[in-house]
Amino acid sequence: MTATAERPAEIGQARKRKEDARLVTGRTMWTDNLTLPGMLHMAILRSPVAHARITSIDVSGARQRPGVIAAFSGQDFKDVQGSIPCVWPVTEDTVVPNHPSIAVDQVNHVGEAVAAVVARSKAEAQDALEAIDVDYEPLAPILDMEAALADDAPRVHPELSSNKSYTWAFESGAAGSGRPIEDVLREAEVTVTRRFRQQRIIPAFMEPRSTVVLPEGDGVTVWSSTQIPHVLRTLMSLSLGIPEQKIRVIAPDVGGGFGGKLQVTPEEFLTTLVARRVGKPVKYTESRSESMMSCHHGRDQIQDITITATQDGRLTGLDVHILSDMGAYARLITPGIPILGAFMFNGIYKFDAYRFVCDGVFTTKTPTDAVRGAGRPEATFAIERIVDELAAELGMDPMQLRRKNWISHDEFPFTTVTGITYDSGNYEAATDRALELIQWDELKKEQAERRARHDTVQLGLGISTFSELCGWAPSRLLGALRYAGGGWEQATVRVLPTGKVEVVTGTSPHGQGNETTWSQIVADRVGVPFEDVEVLHGDTQTSPRGWDTYGSRSAAVGAVAVSNAALRVVEKAKRVAAHLLEASEDDIEFADGKFSVRGSPGAEKTIQELAFEAFAAHDMPEGVEPNLDAEATYDPVALSFPHGTHLCAVDVDTETGRTTIRKYVCVDDVGTVINPLIVDGQVHGGVAHGIAQALYEEAVFDDDGNLTTGTLVDYLVPSALDLPSFTTDRTVSPATTNPLGVKGVGETGAIAATPAVVNAVVDALRPFGVTDVRMPCTPERVWRAVQGGSE
Amino acid sequence: MTQVDVKVDGVAYRDDVEPRMLLVHYLRERLGKVGTVVGCDTGNCGACTVAVDGRSVKSCSLLAVQADGREVTTIEGLSDGDGALHPVQQAFHDEHALQCGFCTPGMIMSACDLLRENPNPTEADVRQGIEGNLCRCTGYQNIVRAVQRAAKAMVRS
Repeated sequence: MTATAERPAEIGQARKRKEDARLVTGRTMWTDNLTLPGMLHMAILRSPVAHARITSIDVSGARQRPGVIAAFSGQDFKDVQGSIPCVWPVTEDTVVPNHPSIAVDQVNHVGEAVAAVVARSKAEAQDALEAIDVDYEPLAPILDMEAALADDAPRVHPELSSNKSYTWAFESGAAGSGRPIEDVLREAEVTVTRRFRQQRIIPAFMEPRSTVVLPEGDGVTVWSSTQIPHVLRTLMSLSLGIPEQKIRVIAPDVGGGFGGKLQVTPEEFLTTLVARRVGKPVKYTESRSESMMSCHHGRDQIQDITITATQDGRLTGLDVHILSDMGAYARLITPGIPILGAFMFNGIYKFDAYRFVCDGVFTTKTPTDAVRGAGRPEATFAIERIVDELAAELGMDPMQLRRKNWISHDEFPFTTVTGITYDSGNYEAATDRALELIQWDELKKEQAERRARHDTVQLGLGISTFSELCGWAPSRLLGALRYAGGGWEQATVRVLPTGKVEVVTGTSPHGQGNETTWSQIVADRVGVPFEDVEVLHGDTQTSPRGWDTYGSRSAAVGAVAVSNAALRVVEKAKRVAAHLLEASEDDIEFADGKFSVRGSPGAEKTIQELAFEAFAAHDMPEGVEPNLDAEATYDPVALSFPHGTHLCAVDVDTETGRTTIRKYVCVDDVGTVINPLIVDGQVHGGVAHGIAQALYEEAVFDDDGNLTTGTLVDYLVPSALDLPSFTTDRTVSPATTNPLGVKGVGETGAIAATPAVVNAVVDALRPFGVTDVRMPCTPERVWRAVQGGSE
Repeated sequence: MTQVDVKVDGVAYRDDVEPRMLLVHYLRERLGKVGTVVGCDTGNCGACTVAVDGRSVKSCSLLAVQADGREVTTIEGLSDGDGALHPVQQAFHDEHALQCGFCTPGMIMSACDLLRENPNPTEADVRQGIEGNLCRCTGYQNIVRAVQRAAKAMVRS
């Protein structure tokens, strides 16, 4: 906004990141790097069985081991440990079982904590775990969602009447956002029904979670590898009864989250309980194997989808029934994850009617919760897959079917059949650009040739024309969805006496680069150099208010708060400038950090000069406090709706089942771009995550409920060799619902990529009669599909 | 306890260690070299990669006693110490080859070894060369670019 010839606007520039210097040199403050004076180390004994009563537990042997200060079982904390909180009971009668951080008399999934040892060193603590005796009386593992819902099914929680947590339903006729679904289903000319399986996946952030707790008097300081220091502080107070003002939570450098660290964890509570009990600082850092089974998992839905259309390919109805595997407990927002997708199954298309019904089901597996995209990848997968299946049924080109039914660019703002209003977008532009970049027509020709000559390696072309909803806000909407929290974000901009600037943000980045992008925004708004801005975050003492980082909300919500606070700084500085320059405020012009008097050349003050004048406060205007600081709280009026078109070309070897991605093109529209370098990076990572779900990753449990993919040996996080080079481009349809025009970008890739890849695999195999390949599309599954025509 | 003599980032250390102690734990817990991090317990992620006598090694896969008499370079000792970044570090910054940065020390150390063996790698060579280092944030695209950029810079210098 203050662009001049001398200094180009920072917003839009591919600024290299401020965060990098410490990260590329190994000078990073990971939680596990922290060592406090007198600090002890905790190790956790975890349940080796999925479902059992603990008939006896004896930790006394551990206490005799060298270096061991204390050993605890759940009995030691049963009256004080509270329950791991769930803040999103999605219905009035959602069942939320008690969730101890350390099991007291029953374990409900493999990996649940049953005992803890505190010792001088981590090695001594771990060694002592083997001296703990636990007797388990096995209960039946409950692993299959449909079986779990049977009337006579054994129950995960015997004190509950069933394994169902809730049923959440939406129907367009009842909601008034469309026609009654039953009418549309009955009148349908063409109906396609599919069952899709969203496999269970594991976030697999690279930094294992770690917590250090320093007990101080009545309170605690908690360092944790978390996405949500603010949420953790409040919920720790509510759940453990520690007064909130006595809790300080610090998220230092955090090594990735992907939703996996959007959690209030049993490990954080247990470390706190133990540290307070022994009265010493205690560190707990999980091993990767512990992380795989105890950090919440994601996805895991059975999706029964029916789509209806007219003979000429106009979409009419969409009927969605979901079973969502919640695992053993309702964690922070477990019940709400599928509901985040409830308003998305219709994708970018116009329907007459829509129904969504979801049952949340308890099983004796690791709890599920948010993983990058959280509910929206599941929804986008289902609609983009079934549109392809409908196209096959109609004998229509799948792109043509999409074009015929999507919201056209001149129809925005558009209220969909779910009742949600998409503010802006241009699906035609993004799609046309993507088709051009991938050279779609030539690929189509090649595909026809290879099909004609029965090439053993078939070419598959996959489409994903997606939109998503993100930027988790506004608060009023979250309340309507029964989410306990808010969606606003806060920022403070402080101008120091020397004219340097501190920005305090309530977002809590862990790879998103907010230190850089927030600096760009403030540099533009206040007219100071990019280098002069310091961004403070991730500590409830320095940044007392905020809702942290998840749901692609940092830019869509947090950046706007930063921008608004910076604009208030300028307003305040303008009053000081007018006073000092003896001019009317209306005559003060502001550009590039300088306040000048219109028509009086030479009469000007820089923001730096005004900062010192305000600091000295020798001559402040009436009613202006002696600083230029300002804060802003921003609660958006709507969600954010980025969209895009992702196209994928795969070579599928029909003899080995191996799928190789040959080309991947994505054209995303995330509104106004603050830093294209960072936006592209977010897209790359998201696409990689989405491809990983399509082709590689699955959390597998055996018949006894053991996680058999419990290490990075068998849980296939893709390496550089497993992924292609991506071609990225953008269209820009600024958001009309926030002043920056920005939309979320952190999850788009993970949401868009999975159906693009699976559609490509199925497309390659369609001549073999294949209509679906279950994810991940491993060589074995692809090969079997080729052999059997379909699974 | 076994005595080890090991040079780490140019400094000679003599320590008594448990024979079972892994090199990565020796670096982190005894020497305070916390720039080298632990990402897994199966040797898959590569986050703990360091150079031992110039060759990249996953320091979780080596015992501290096996480093006896050797010279170890970690991410903290990679640059000359005059404030300038090593060309690979600089290239990671320039190409936005890191987000959360947790895999970055290991990734950079692996990339250095790759470039030592192959000063002018193709994209496929780079992908092959860093296959043992997992990154969840970047999708590897910018890491590949960074390694190739560093290769050019190192050939010039």
